[in-house]
Amino acid sequence: MTLDFFISAFITVIGISTPILLAATGELVVEKSGVLNLGVEGMMLIGAVTGFAVTFTTFNPWLGVFAAAAAGAAASLVFGLLVLTFGANQVATGLALAIFGIGLSTLIGNSFVGIIVPEFSSIFPDGLVRDPIMRIIFGHSPMVYFALFMVFAVSWFLKRTRAGLVLRAVGENDHSAHSIGYSVIGIRYAAIAFGGAMAGIAGSYFSMVITPMWAQQMTAGRGWIALALVVFAGWKPSRLLGGAYFFGILMTLEFYAKASKNAILPSQFWAAMPYLMAIIVLAVISARERTGSEAPACLGKPFMPTD
Amino acid sequence: MRIRFEKRPEPSKLMQIATPIAAVVLTMIVGAILFDLLGFDGQRTIKEFFFTPVLAAYKWQDVATKAAPLIIIALGLSLGNTAKVWNIGAEGQYIVGALAGAGIAYLTPNVTGHWVLILMLIAGVIGGALYAAIPAILRTRFKVNEVLSSLMLVYVSLQLLSYLITGPWKDPNGQNFPKTAPFTDAQLLPHLIPGTSIPPGLIFAIVLTVVFWVVMKKSLYGFNVRVSGAAPHAARYGGFNANQTIWSTLMISGGMAGLAGILEATSQLGQLNLGFPSGFGFTAIIVSFLGRLNPIGIFIAGFVLAITSVGGQVAQTTVHVPSASGGIFQALMLFLILAGDVLVRYRLRIQRTVKVAA
Amino acid sequence: MMTINRRNLIKASAAALAMPMIGGRAMAADPLKVGFIYLGPIGDFGWTWAHEKGRKAMVDALGGAVEASYVENVAEDASAVPIIRDLAQQGNKLIFTSSFGYMDQTLQVAKDFPDVKFEHCTGFKRADNVATYNSRFYQGRSVLGTIAGLTTKTNTIGYLGSFKVPEVVMGINSFTLAAQAVNPNVKVKMVMIDSWFDPAKEAAAAETLANLGCDVITAHTDSAACLQVCEKKGIFGFGQGADMSRFAPKAHLTAIEDIWGPYYTSRAKAVLDGSWKSGDTWWGFKEGSVVISPYNASVSKEIAAAADKIQAGWKDGSYDVFTGPIADQSGAEKIAKGAKLDDGALAGMDWFVKGVEGA
Repeated sequence: MTLDFFISAFITVIGISTPILLAATGELVVEKSGVLNLGVEGMMLIGAVTGFAVTFTTFNPWLGVFAAAAAGAAASLVFGLLVLTFGANQVATGLALAIFGIGLSTLIGNSFVGIIVPEFSSIFPDGLVRDPIMRIIFGHSPMVYFALFMVFAVSWFLKRTRAGLVLRAVGENDHSAHSIGYSVIGIRYAAIAFGGAMAGIAGSYFSMVITPMWAQQMTAGRGWIALALVVFAGWKPSRLLGGAYFFGILMTLEFYAKASKNAILPSQFWAAMPYLMAIIVLAVISARERTGSEAPACLGKPFMPTD
Repeated sequence: MRIRFEKRPEPSKLMQIATPIAAVVLTMIVGAILFDLLGFDGQRTIKEFFFTPVLAAYKWQDVATKAAPLIIIALGLSLGNTAKVWNIGAEGQYIVGALAGAGIAYLTPNVTGHWVLILMLIAGVIGGALYAAIPAILRTRFKVNEVLSSLMLVYVSLQLLSYLITGPWKDPNGQNFPKTAPFTDAQLLPHLIPGTSIPPGLIFAIVLTVVFWVVMKKSLYGFNVRVSGAAPHAARYGGFNANQTIWSTLMISGGMAGLAGILEATSQLGQLNLGFPSGFGFTAIIVSFLGRLNPIGIFIAGFVLAITSVGGQVAQTTVHVPSASGGIFQALMLFLILAGDVLVRYRLRIQRTVKVAA
Repeated sequence: MMTINRRNLIKASAAALAMPMIGGRAMAADPLKVGFIYLGPIGDFGWTWAHEKGRKAMVDALGGAVEASYVENVAEDASAVPIIRDLAQQGNKLIFTSSFGYMDQTLQVAKDFPDVKFEHCTGFKRADNVATYNSRFYQGRSVLGTIAGLTTKTNTIGYLGSFKVPEVVMGINSFTLAAQAVNPNVKVKMVMIDSWFDPAKEAAAAETLANLGCDVITAHTDSAACLQVCEKKGIFGFGQGADMSRFAPKAHLTAIEDIWGPYYTSRAKAVLDGSWKSGDTWWGFKEGSVVISPYNASVSKEIAAAADKIQAGWKDGSYDVFTGPIADQSGAEKIAKGAKLDDGALAGMDWFVKGVEGA
């Protein structure tokens, strides 16, 4: 077990955790505003196929990511319209969005199977990227740094800005926020769109960074892990980071277990761990709080003004 | 001019029937346009998705094959959904039910009596119900949201399936391919009409539809469920225990999903492999909503979704549209019906703003 | 370059099919309808793409005598049954199901259509109207193993596997034995991802192998994800099913190409002239169903020569990688000195040779 092995493994873990972190950060904001959007998997796939298609047509990965964000946001707004304006059931609508995203991305993506796209070049000089030791900091794709930045940005936004406070208020007590004069619906729309954009970017990570090609359903269920991560982190952005990398380690362990001669536990055990852990943590968090879970109080409830 | 939603004094019966129909029709229109935009023959695609499965007689058995499990699972889900208990993990309970039945099959390879099949079916129901008990405990003891816990458990069940069929239950004669040994003749469900593949599960679906209708409309338990969902406080006041409602609806829906799972395993391929989970548990949620949580509606909705699913396979062979895109239609129908729901509860009022003379 | 998309592909194949039809109107008999069931997308540039190439080659060779269609992305579960049945009901008289996981489904449908001929790829169950066909990929793996054994600097090479089915086990063993023959210190690390096609998983597994020290990785999965990882990490890999050098110009040393055209053509001809019989066909280097693609410029002349020698040995019968003494992972001798494995033992192979690390 050399230093080189640890550095390589570390980079692998970071890579595998980044899309989940991106999607979870977005979903956290959505849920903090009181809305549960289960359609993350669908939005990720729409982002993945859009990012891929635009990158292929324009040869510019940055445009691709931007397009992925826009597509994710657009998809999420369909959800928003149904849930906020029409008052539809959030669980069913979110699921419908997931299924819709899977189907639409498969359909569009079929024209792109077998094609490769130009990748992101790193924003750091080549020397640092390839250096055996320094690559632990500098050797990542730009999206990794973006994800890190967003976690801190969202944390700062929620805790220290007025707008963040309002968003949290909308999620905890929507009627009070409404009576003070804040537009509950408007804020939730914004949150949903943000969540959609982040999910779109997360999806594009699959089709543009991990394997720069398209395959149907290539997010392989990571969207659901992102949902689990939000819960696992107790809806606190600061815990998202640790949680994401923890999940990443578990997912990577699955393959190391397969490759080693003496795997004590079957690889499926490691593959199931992120989900089991999410449930356990959820139970522990909820049991500790006397009033229930740390989830935003209005999570999942439609807002119908009584005036 | 302002558009306002004005609450109706009573949910509109007309809209309740009109909106699902409108949703399906609108889906066909929007779908045709969408596929045309993407370069496929839009009209032909719609024809293959929606009409061929109904018009081509040899496709009816395929439609019935898909409809039966959807209906069975959705019936179970509808109870919970009515009580606002959201079981998203039906897919996991489906798998665990099938595993439970397969476990019995694994232990009884030399039994020739058909009673072993009955045992497998019962095991399937119990397996699914027990797996649904986990989110129930988590909700009642730990206040964990059942949406998230049941969903996470789906992925756990997938790994359990993978472990069992690549490990202890792997077919010794299967060249190491991950699947169980084929079920023996005693362990297989006989076909309703020999020579066709009409699933025996269809009988279960029909019978259970009637049972659930009676329970929902006529029994005290059905009343409990409906009140718990509509007015939880009133329910508590009336003496209905909220926890018991959560337990019972989750376990019933789990049992139904497990039943569907073991029925599928014993009537279709006769063994379990990695491709066994085909998403029925998730599609059933759509069926449940499309059918407005009403057993008769669910029976019809199950067939509608089965038609689009079979249509997807037909379209794959004729128009070369990937069958996964069938999800687009299913999601569109659900979107439209959820949107249409608002017309059931609210009336659309277009108010002309009155201009005050200066 | 023409964009490879669905529309163009449909147009192109429609055009290709129409042309022989126009000329073929002079022929007396109706064209034989041949159907193909594919596991993945034809754009995978791997397994399924190779079958599609074979299908097109058959159409080219037989012209108006055949009319071929295909269905892609058919899952290896119960849903394959109605799809296979659809093909039979649409009038196809010869149906090829191109993956192991269609075995029971093919037999099930075949029972209901006794006058339709079915051919199942890489399977082992047959019937009067169900034949099986396979290709000796393991012969190609021994060429790859030779190159890998001579190229590796870390003496650790990787094998990205799918399922522990005989086809994959044969491949791993052949790869390992050939590498050991030219480099006795080499170790082979193996990871099975339980899927034929899952680019994200393939990439993660390839990264794991690379992190564990492998500097040459071969894949037994259907996408180019493994090669992309190799290219990124500056190590080497091989193409699977087709020449994948466009995905990894530096990393792609060579590839095993599956050539199915001649087989498909001959079987269609057999149905046309009435001589079709069920059986098991297993072609290899000699018959041309396995082909090694051109070597990368970075492959040295000595290594290329060694690889060529292995190929020639298979073709003229003087070389068999499974010649004893061969021991399994526990050290027990499985093949005695000088003995060889017959096809039956190969088709059921479920043990790994010594030197393979991984479960």
